[in-house]
Amino acid sequence: MEIKVLRNILDANDQMAEQNRTLLAGKKIMMVNVWASPGAGKTTLMLRTAEALKDKARMAVIEGDVASSIDTVKLMESGVTAIQINTDGGCHLDAGMIHTALLNLPLDELDIIFIENVGNLICPGEFDLGEYKKIIIASTPEGEDKPHKYPLMFTIANACVINKMDLMPYVNFDIDSFTRTVTGMNQGVEMFPISGTRGHGIDKWADWVLKNLVKYRINRA
Amino acid sequence: MHEMTITRSLVDITLEEAGKANATKVTSVSIVLGEMSGAVDQSVEFYFELMTRDTIAEGAKINFRKVPNRAKCRKCGNIFKPGGIFWECDKCHSMEMEIISGRELYVESIEVD
Ligand SMILES: Nc1nc2c(ncn2[C@@H]2O[C@H](COP(=O)(O)OP(=O)(O)O)[C@@H](O)[C@H]2O)c(=O)[nH]1
Ligand SMILES: [Mg+2]
Ligand SMILES: [Zn+2]
Repeated sequence: MEIKVLRNILDANDQMAEQNRTLLAGKKIMMVNVWASPGAGKTTLMLRTAEALKDKARMAVIEGDVASSIDTVKLMESGVTAIQINTDGGCHLDAGMIHTALLNLPLDELDIIFIENVGNLICPGEFDLGEYKKIIIASTPEGEDKPHKYPLMFTIANACVINKMDLMPYVNFDIDSFTRTVTGMNQGVEMFPISGTRGHGIDKWADWVLKNLVKYRINRA
Repeated sequence: MHEMTITRSLVDITLEEAGKANATKVTSVSIVLGEMSGAVDQSVEFYFELMTRDTIAEGAKINFRKVPNRAKCRKCGNIFKPGGIFWECDKCHSMEMEIISGRELYVESIEVD
């Protein structure tokens, strides 16, 4: 006998993601899921974002890492509230891990939570964590063919940060072609060329974050 | 890769649905995988075999239905298959597209006794 099922294979994760969403909506906290390859500049962007949002919004970072807590220590040393999840070799974070992290954060004192996902451009794309926005960082030394190789994440991200713009004179990165590819496959995406180390472009990026916080809160008022 | 997580969920869904139907044996499971989802068949089969030992799904076969990437051109409406380095319309060469398939990842049906 055949039984029709039609269920998303990851539906247990999706249900947990909805629980996270409900929890955060109750606290009016916007959560942003940050994707990138290892070394693209996720932690650097978190540090810069914290500087830019200082006095404007209270943020925390959930750090997903395969095995170390170096990034969490770096953030905490800079005064950013951060919590570490070690995936023990796992290639992605799931909504259950985020749920546990959320319960260990001071939710009444936060406006925005960023999730620094595991450095990987394939697996995290399948796992809804309960975030409001997904962002992807590509860095110029990685070359402009990343969206062709990893289309899933580039087609569903809400914003795409192009990091390490200061290295443009030294690398072969065709920014026009990259931008056309990403905005072609993903109509709603917004592009932010930045240099995380020098701070260029961070103001526009931080404006986008704050604008979305306002939108998020209006929708939940 | 996350085949282990995917397969864990697949086994849970299979046993849950079979239980609801009071089945005594699951003979096959049909899943739909979009081209963009990175799961590797052999790996899913490997974990499935391990995780279903001593359950009513032991020995069940997995049927994989693959769904290719498809996009609809926003300029001319042509439906085409993007892939590799070709993420543009094969008629008008516009790069503006709407992805219409390739992201699937779901259990379609199970066959039980
Ligand atoms: N030249 C340059 N280097 C950068 C930039 N952003 C980050 N880096 C460097 O790239 C390396 C990896 O950055 P990190 O933020 O740790 O990346 P993550 O692995 O994605 O968290 C570090 O050595 C950073 O200093 C940038 O805009 N320009
Ligand atoms: Mg990092
Ligand atoms: Zn066309």
